[in-house]
Amino acid sequence: MRRALTAVALLVLAGLAAAWAITRPRPLPAGALAGLTPDPVRGEQVFWAGGCASCHADAEARGEGKLVLKGGQRFPSPFGTFVAPNISNDPEAGIGGWSALDLANAMLRGVSPAGRHYYPAFPYASYARASLQDVVDLRAFLAALPADPTPSAPHEVGFPFNIRLALGAWKFLYLDPSWVVAGNLSPEEARGRYLAEALGHCGECHTPRTALGGMDRSRWLAGGPVPAGKGNFPNITPGKLDWSQADIVEYLTSGFTPEYDSAGGHMALVVENTAHLPEADRAAIAAYLKRVPPVE
Amino acid sequence: MRKAFFALAAALLVAAPVLSEDLNDPGEILTARHGYMLMLANQLAPLGAMAKGEAPYDAAAAEKAAQSLAALASVDTSMVWAPGTETGTLADSAALPEIFTNTSDREARFAELKTAADTLAAAAGTGHDALKTAMGAVGQACGGCHKQYRKSE
Repeated sequence: MRRALTAVALLVLAGLAAAWAITRPRPLPAGALAGLTPDPVRGEQVFWAGGCASCHADAEARGEGKLVLKGGQRFPSPFGTFVAPNISNDPEAGIGGWSALDLANAMLRGVSPAGRHYYPAFPYASYARASLQDVVDLRAFLAALPADPTPSAPHEVGFPFNIRLALGAWKFLYLDPSWVVAGNLSPEEARGRYLAEALGHCGECHTPRTALGGMDRSRWLAGGPVPAGKGNFPNITPGKLDWSQADIVEYLTSGFTPEYDSAGGHMALVVENTAHLPEADRAAIAAYLKRVPPVE
Repeated sequence: MRKAFFALAAALLVAAPVLSEDLNDPGEILTARHGYMLMLANQLAPLGAMAKGEAPYDAAAAEKAAQSLAALASVDTSMVWAPGTETGTLADSAALPEIFTNTSDREARFAELKTAADTLAAAAGTGHDALKTAMGAVGQACGGCHKQYRKSE
């Protein structure tokens, strides 16, 4: 009996150890950024390519207002409503006290400076593909932005989704930094892939999600219903989007569709970012989209 | 600019007999609103084709289209933003009702469109790059208002 109990206890311990091994937060090694020198000018390009302001500034913010990253936008989902936090340069309310490594852990690993998992409403499943140099540059750019003292609002997420350790299991299933579109890409297509799959995090909306909320890589960029909302995210694979590359570039520049309608909703915010990129980067995104496997 | 305005006035006069008698009918208001948007699109089309490189850059044609666009942007559209023509009430409407009540913001946004269209009218004939840059600002003006007041699909 005693031996049986010991065996059960050992099994439970082994199970817990395995669960911990799977679910524990995994920050980068302490020296991950050694030798990288920040360039805030390049960091601004990373900022626009990454779309930080679309979620972390006011949705109505314009011009300089887009640089006030005080958070507050709400994102309803089947798991609860997530509220974008303050990532302004305020040392208390924002991320003014963060090191570049803190930012890299947040963006690439979804781990906070205190070692907690972030919810994947923060698109680290895409940013995981970002280069460490870009993160270092971005950190330098963010450090020069205004501080705002507005406290971050808590996420409105109920049981069981409020158990953050469970996010470790989510990451085990879905945090995959490999490229989705593999194969021999031209340098332009590869640049577009980096912008679309990593920084631009296009797949976060345009790729349908599984029941557990992971991006379905087999239907990459094939669109799907808006979670906990009305309407659909459009399919932007060549199976559906028949725009020319020039059409796509124009859309990412001015927001005009081939019919000279204009982007609305959240996509209007995306165009406000891509409009800041060099034209070559918009062309690269268009070239990449033509290489995505078509889904009808 | 002046010529474009008279052309527009003439076009509206010609169109007058086909309009319904009741300009306050919500369906007619929506038709007018969509027609206005399409007229903007008609002028944007040749400009966009040049910006994209689908059509060769033609300074005179670009200037003409941009001046027409600026003339359209100067039209008072207040009568097409009327309660009863919002999304949910009319099947084809995508307008959120806030655009009827936030009058000063709506007017500010149309003023922004006018400014961007005037800039485009001044720039369009001066070169391909100037055209592309000024088109971006027009697009931002369109998108800024659509983002706020048009229901997402």
